[in-house]
Amino acid sequence: MSMSLLLLLVLGLALAAWLAARGRAWAFQREHGARGLKSLPNYHGWYVALWVAVPALLFLVVWSIVSPGLILQAVLASDAADALPAFGFQRESMLAEAKAVARGAAAGVFNPGAQALVEPFREAIGRYNLIGVVLTVLIAFAAGAWAFLRLRPDFTARTRVERAVMALLLIASLVAILTTLGIFVSLVFETVRFFGMVSPLDFLFGTHWGPDPMGNADNPDGSTYGAIPLFWGTIFIGAIIAMIVAIPLGLMSAIYLTQYAHPRLRAWVKPALEILAGVPTVVYGYFAALTVAPAIRDLALAAGVSNPSSESALAAGVVMGVMIIPFVSSMADDSIAAVPQAMRDGSLAMGATTSETIRRVLIPAALPGIVAGVMLAVSRAIGETMIVVMAASTAANLSANPLEAMTTVTVQIVAMLTGEGSFDHPATLSAFALGFVLFMVTLALNFVALRVVKRFREAYE
Amino acid sequence: MSEPVAPLRAPTRTPAFEARLKKRYAAERRFRLAGLSAIVFSVAVLAFLLATMGLNGIGGFQRAELAVPIDFAESGLAGDESTLAGPTGVSALEAQGLPDVVAFYAGQALGEQAASELSPNAWREVAEAVVADPSLLRQQATFHLPASSDLASALRGEGSAEQIALASELERAGKLERNFDGGFLARSDATDPQQVGIWGALKGSMLTMLVTLALAFPIGVMAALYLEEYATRNRWTDLIEVSINNLAAVPSIIFGLLGLAVFLWIFPTYRSAPLIGGLTLALMTMPVIVISGRNAIKAVPPSIRDGALAIGASPVQVVFHHVLPLALPGILTGTIIGMARALGETAPLLMIGMRAFIATPPDGFTSPATVLPVQIFLWSDEVNQGFVERTSAAIIVLLVFLLLMNGLAIYLRNRFEKKW
Repeated sequence: MSMSLLLLLVLGLALAAWLAARGRAWAFQREHGARGLKSLPNYHGWYVALWVAVPALLFLVVWSIVSPGLILQAVLASDAADALPAFGFQRESMLAEAKAVARGAAAGVFNPGAQALVEPFREAIGRYNLIGVVLTVLIAFAAGAWAFLRLRPDFTARTRVERAVMALLLIASLVAILTTLGIFVSLVFETVRFFGMVSPLDFLFGTHWGPDPMGNADNPDGSTYGAIPLFWGTIFIGAIIAMIVAIPLGLMSAIYLTQYAHPRLRAWVKPALEILAGVPTVVYGYFAALTVAPAIRDLALAAGVSNPSSESALAAGVVMGVMIIPFVSSMADDSIAAVPQAMRDGSLAMGATTSETIRRVLIPAALPGIVAGVMLAVSRAIGETMIVVMAASTAANLSANPLEAMTTVTVQIVAMLTGEGSFDHPATLSAFALGFVLFMVTLALNFVALRVVKRFREAYE
Repeated sequence: MSEPVAPLRAPTRTPAFEARLKKRYAAERRFRLAGLSAIVFSVAVLAFLLATMGLNGIGGFQRAELAVPIDFAESGLAGDESTLAGPTGVSALEAQGLPDVVAFYAGQALGEQAASELSPNAWREVAEAVVADPSLLRQQATFHLPASSDLASALRGEGSAEQIALASELERAGKLERNFDGGFLARSDATDPQQVGIWGALKGSMLTMLVTLALAFPIGVMAALYLEEYATRNRWTDLIEVSINNLAAVPSIIFGLLGLAVFLWIFPTYRSAPLIGGLTLALMTMPVIVISGRNAIKAVPPSIRDGALAIGASPVQVVFHHVLPLALPGILTGTIIGMARALGETAPLLMIGMRAFIATPPDGFTSPATVLPVQIFLWSDEVNQGFVERTSAAIIVLLVFLLLMNGLAIYLRNRFEKKW
């Protein structure tokens, strides 16, 4: 019986339990009158249904993790397994093939040696599936019967069900912590493995990046793992070029929209900026690679630059800046709106023009919020992947010329993990180290930015 | 009669003042103009982007087709409704030599050179048409069959001079033309831009989004309810809040690394399955739903809670019977926006291997699949020029879906938003 069928079976049992327990509560009600029942009949139903479903589902989870190992052991204990190679790729693939055939996922085996294993596999799978079904049903019935027998007219089913609901809510909110922890632990784990092969000093301070995913994994050349060019490329594209585009344009759009624009214009432009923010990054990347990069190359050629790159940092940076405009604009919008109206009125009353009020009063007052917004924008730009993967180069280059090809941390993460290298190779693991650096930097930027915003908000409240 | 009065002038309005004022007003105008041009630039970029994709994309919904008249009555192919029914119909026709028949009539109608430029799988379209309507076998019919990608690019004016000459000759004779290609929405990935379609990627996207929604929505809503309604402020809740806010700002590629290191480590056989993709995107979408959900829950006035509590509802009943239904439109708006973002997400799915070449649509949550943005990325990498238009067409489809989702969110917001 497949997993989904078993799941349906458990849910069906829970439904039956719900109906039965509710019926029992109704019987109490008939016997003792509505006042005799402490909780509504529905809560009695939920109480028993939960007892049927939750233990059985927990068992199913555990069983689905344990049973493949048990099946494998049973197969390896059979006579047919003696013919298997002792270890290695051949053995794994033969086992996998036989298993696929036995489960009905494949029609036949390629490897003749695997044929003998099909029958033991089929037998073991059948046996353990049967055990799983029987145990699941037994657990569901036992727990359900225990809960059902506890039902009394004065049984506080509601408080118990509500306690379960609260537990569920708490678990749901813990998922966020688990995710953060999962990111942190998995990145640290792989990074430590990487630093076991390549010295952290080589990685953080080396200036030559060119790992060879096909090279000797046991004795990697630390001097090819210098990430400085990647950090520089990331900062140059994401924090310099993109911000040169995004900060003035985003800030000025926000100022114009909040201070000057006619409401009708605002009603049209705001959704347009939202669309700009909602365009997927892969579309921006395609736009950068197809239209902007060749245009910039042609412009540079026309301006007399010899041999400009068609994967220039400028193209990726400019498009990334355009992508960030709505973000900067909405952050600036928020922080300008948070400045008390009295400050603006006071300045205007003293005879300052609108632009003088904006430049001398509103922006200085809103500056912490704007700076925080810019920091968040930078953290977003340096973590942005698709634009740079499609428009920037994979060649690491330590240069300040925006027309040259440059690569970023995210490009290299993608390049290292989508290549052909094995998972244990330092080149592959370097992606996790790069990811860890990226994670820590964005975390720090966000943390500081949120702090700044918080403190600034409080100043006017 | 009084004398005409000289206009009142404050003593401060000296010529120097006037000059300064003029300068200040000029600065004001310049500033205003700068603001306006920033807006115009942003909107112009958006318009330019959409126009580029649109103009390229129109071509992507078309393909170059050769007109091939086939006289089935003469060809000697046999079959009727009963023998051609079911999935074996196409192979039955193949066994009877349909590919050769198609090639023969193509050679007759177009000449040998042009007939060799028919797409290698063109006969399949004939076979499918015949299976759909076996009475064709007694008639003569003209089929518009896909040309090879070489001829298709020659029709656009690219490729060898010989090919271009052939293409323009066929076009003049009315035998080669670009027609709307409805199959683009029904086929899957292929190596030949004339043969590709996006149905496989679209289906993969839908399956992935289904997993994402099924996980992120309940977990997000429950977490938002807990944090907003029940949680007492202590270090644990602070920790939860900090991690949710941080997760919302973590670069998406980091979630891909998590999916690669954790999910693929637990389920190594489900590489590039929608299940893993959906799990990864769910972790990314959940913080968005929590944050927007909390705002929607916060907007429900306390009087609702007080009223329910006063007539004896338990705290859980207050929330599930009163607060949640009132906050639901706001939560749904946030969810749709989060889902739209997940639908356009590419980088994390590249990490977990959803970038393989997959020529058949996925038939379940665990079969290998690709998604629409990744398909766009893969096509954009192709050398063949025919893919440029196809990529833009796929982008149009993606943007249409995103626009629909965002439109739905805006509609929900306007329809159900209550000012208390």
